[in-house]
Amino acid sequence: MTLRQPSMLAGMSGEAIRVHGLEKSFKELRVLRGVEFEVVKGSIFALLGSNGAGKTTVVKILSTLLKADGGAAQVNGFDVGTQAAEVRKSISLTGQFAAVDEILTGRENLVLVARLRHLEGAGAIADALLERFSLSEAGGRRVATYSGGMRRRLDIAMSLIGEPPVIFLDEPTAGLDPEGRIEVWAAVKELAKGGTTVLLTTQYLDEAEQLADRIAILHEGRILVNGTLQELKRLLPAAEVEYVEKQPTLEDVFLSLVGSRK
Amino acid sequence: MIRDTATLLGRSLRHIARSPDTIITTAIMPVAFMLLFVYVFGGAIRTGSDSYVNYQLPGILLITIASGIAYTAYRLFLDLQSGIFERFQSMPIARSAVLWAHVLTSLIANLISLVVVVLVALVMGFRSGANFWAWLGAAGILVLFTLALTWIAVIPGLTAKSVDGASAFSYPLIFLPFISSAFVPTDSMPGPVRAFAEHQPATAIVNTIRDLFAQESVGNGVWIALGWCLGVLLVAYVLATVTYRRKIA
Repeated sequence: MTLRQPSMLAGMSGEAIRVHGLEKSFKELRVLRGVEFEVVKGSIFALLGSNGAGKTTVVKILSTLLKADGGAAQVNGFDVGTQAAEVRKSISLTGQFAAVDEILTGRENLVLVARLRHLEGAGAIADALLERFSLSEAGGRRVATYSGGMRRRLDIAMSLIGEPPVIFLDEPTAGLDPEGRIEVWAAVKELAKGGTTVLLTTQYLDEAEQLADRIAILHEGRILVNGTLQELKRLLPAAEVEYVEKQPTLEDVFLSLVGSRK
Repeated sequence: MIRDTATLLGRSLRHIARSPDTIITTAIMPVAFMLLFVYVFGGAIRTGSDSYVNYQLPGILLITIASGIAYTAYRLFLDLQSGIFERFQSMPIARSAVLWAHVLTSLIANLISLVVVVLVALVMGFRSGANFWAWLGAAGILVLFTLALTWIAVIPGLTAKSVDGASAFSYPLIFLPFISSAFVPTDSMPGPVRAFAEHQPATAIVNTIRDLFAQESVGNGVWIALGWCLGVLLVAYVLATVTYRRKIA
């Protein structure tokens, strides 16, 4: 029961990611059983699912780290199986655990990635990103001394170097405190404003609700539903009007007490 | 590919510069063995050579390399664990650059450790009248031995499930010189042990380096030593490359 608006089938030029009948097994375990979805250019697409649903496997196949057993996937118009090098030029991956070098400083991490992408002026690129992600002060310190939120911000900053048109964020806020999550959310929204296509995986429902233009629910290796938040909400019976006292959530209380930075 | 390798090599060398303890700990065990053999056992060992320090140094150098390459596997394992390996693999960089950077780092780190051990040996009375070419020859064999063992180390580095697993493979390599001509002449050993000792790589390599240091003719032994180093290097390189391809496929 895939929900699709006719306008979403506009054609190849409109889609940054196309996944068709994707299958992957690890020995006997069938992790992906025919996954299908498309992501429109410049949008944020959330792949929502519980642990073990296959989210990370999808991201690994799309970022050329794993080979699919069946089906096809294109990123930025390139096939992930046969045009892996072109795909790698089009993407950036931020994996489940902040993939930063702890022994290097924040700035050195950024310079490293800029050099590996063969960019001119690696130092200036690093400084600009440190500024943008409020890491200028910490830039000269070793990453081992950073908080979880700072590592994640650095991780995302590293993914932006070279301005790849498609970015994969695999559980970008896993293990972060509420402030760290809000920092990361702001960074992701910033990205999409600049025209970057973002595919993010998450198990947090509010994260998908906050960030995504479209949400697909991945369950036991298949996409159960795919649509905008409004479309997904319509799947349930119409809301009944009830009068309830508006209680602050624990998150509201926590953030107002500790004083959120944003 | 050279450019990417150089960038990644710079990264690994920074790691070593910021934790020089890896070089020190690599050198500590061989130096301890050297003290033990020279000042405790050495007096009772009849080698037929004037200086026992000179006699045992080549074996100590092999032990230094064997313990040093454990760190190569360890560093590679940490890169895989931390996810930075996947970041590099998802970037448009030469596929082999990640491995070569680790291999070259291993070579540089081991050469530094070897220099430290040789300096300690000099303090303990090691002397060699060997000329530049003999030193170069000895260094060349040690470089080949390091590369061969480093490519072996890449395999557990890529496949290990735990930190201990990543470095455990080095223990048998560290002990190989003990059952060779490194510390005692092989003709003092009982039959089967002697047969093993005389036909394993450590003996050929140790004898060649010892002859080079003593300004003696290396004879045919040098070809056996080179054959072992190049043979192991080739096999380990092929196996490591296959393991790597499987890992990133």
